[in-house]
Amino acid sequence: MIRVVLPAHLKTLAGVDGEVELDVPQPVTTEAVLDALEARYPVLGGTVRDRATGRRRPFIRFFACEEDLSHDPADAELPPAVAKGAEPFYIVGAMAGG
Amino acid sequence: MSGVRVAVGTRKGAFILTSDGKRQKWDVSGPHFGGWELYHIKGSPVDPDRLWASQSGGWFGQLIQRSDDGGRTWNPVGNDFRYEGEVHPHQWYDGTPNPWEFARVWHLEPSPTNPDVVYAGVEDAALFRSDDGGQTWNELPGLRGHGTARAWQPGAGGLCLHTILLDRNNADRIVTAVSAAGAFRSDDAGTTWRAINKGLHSEGIPDPDAEVGHCVHHIAAHPSRPDTLYMQKHWDVMRSDDGGESWREVSGNLPTDFGFVIDVHAHEPETIYVVPIDSDSLHFPPEGKLRVYRSRTGGDEWEPLTKGLPQENCYVDVLRDAMAVDSLDDCGIYFGTTGGAVYVSSDAGDSWMPIVSDLPAVLSVEVQTLP
Repeated sequence: MIRVVLPAHLKTLAGVDGEVELDVPQPVTTEAVLDALEARYPVLGGTVRDRATGRRRPFIRFFACEEDLSHDPADAELPPAVAKGAEPFYIVGAMAGG
Repeated sequence: MSGVRVAVGTRKGAFILTSDGKRQKWDVSGPHFGGWELYHIKGSPVDPDRLWASQSGGWFGQLIQRSDDGGRTWNPVGNDFRYEGEVHPHQWYDGTPNPWEFARVWHLEPSPTNPDVVYAGVEDAALFRSDDGGQTWNELPGLRGHGTARAWQPGAGGLCLHTILLDRNNADRIVTAVSAAGAFRSDDAGTTWRAINKGLHSEGIPDPDAEVGHCVHHIAAHPSRPDTLYMQKHWDVMRSDDGGESWREVSGNLPTDFGFVIDVHAHEPETIYVVPIDSDSLHFPPEGKLRVYRSRTGGDEWEPLTKGLPQENCYVDVLRDAMAVDSLDDCGIYFGTTGGAVYVSSDAGDSWMPIVSDLPAVLSVEVQTLP
């Protein structure tokens, strides 16, 4: 199972506490994780990725294993520790403001 | 006894204010969707338990929420707003072409006859309609396909479609307004559109009398007189008596004719309300006095309404969707400020009281008159 940590607002929308566990087909990529997340929680459609373009929304960041994966290709494989469920995949609302 | 329900959208959530017909004591619920921007919330005229809310934010985009129990609980519905067909550019602020790109829903207008039908005015400017209770949305692309659309430029708030007027007796008639393009009318249920800006005069644009390019802030109409339109333009309060074919200025003796809101008394089609704002560079009331101005003559002659409103050190704004009227016998008038206050008058504007005074900045105020 893939472990996903959502930002607070998206936890509220999805009605979940704590981590989300998802079945994700191999290879485990950002795109595959988000596809599985949106399939489980349709309300999250459009909140992480733009509906029209499929691109990561500007103030969303992806982290795992203490690395910023935000700019990696969506079809790049995630670290093995994420794929094995040892480490979570973090979806983060960027710190932005002034 | 009948009552009222006021739906307030703010920068940080939604609030529902309810009262009986006296409108003196209020219950406040919220925040709903705390932390999100609620550009607009509006109830169905057909089913008073059904409300629609536009929930958005810079991080997580756009959601549409629907309540079927008068705003107590909410459920997300569809949020897939895709432009139909060719997506051509409009002009950016510097005059260069910029791709049409969906940003948010500014205004939700429920059908006056069908509780499952609702229209959405969005940024970048387009009109969408849902026929299935908000689950799916389809653009009415004729507006964005108007021959002038490539020349539309955004106002300071974005290229937003912020006003949608529906005619309960004529489903083919729709009036919309886009900042900063102008007003548009369809007489075939949104298939084709005409610019209705003749008579508008905007000094700040290259051709002050151009077909489009006018910064319309809001348009209001009385349901019994769909051909009489009242407009608060960036500068100038305007009136049309022929469905927008021509406009004339009715700013009259207002202390300033800049502002955002305009609304019409529920029972007196010639009684209208505005909140003058000093200027586009100051965005607060003249002299620090919060004054609603009322005209009982459909414009030109205005009287200040001040009783119960702050008359010193008040430097708030009242945004375009932040005024509403109820339809009780003694017509109630409501407006919200960027300072977080929502005021009510239960005597058509003669006197005012704050319902709440410390909400987040108010973006929209709508009211339902309940049986």
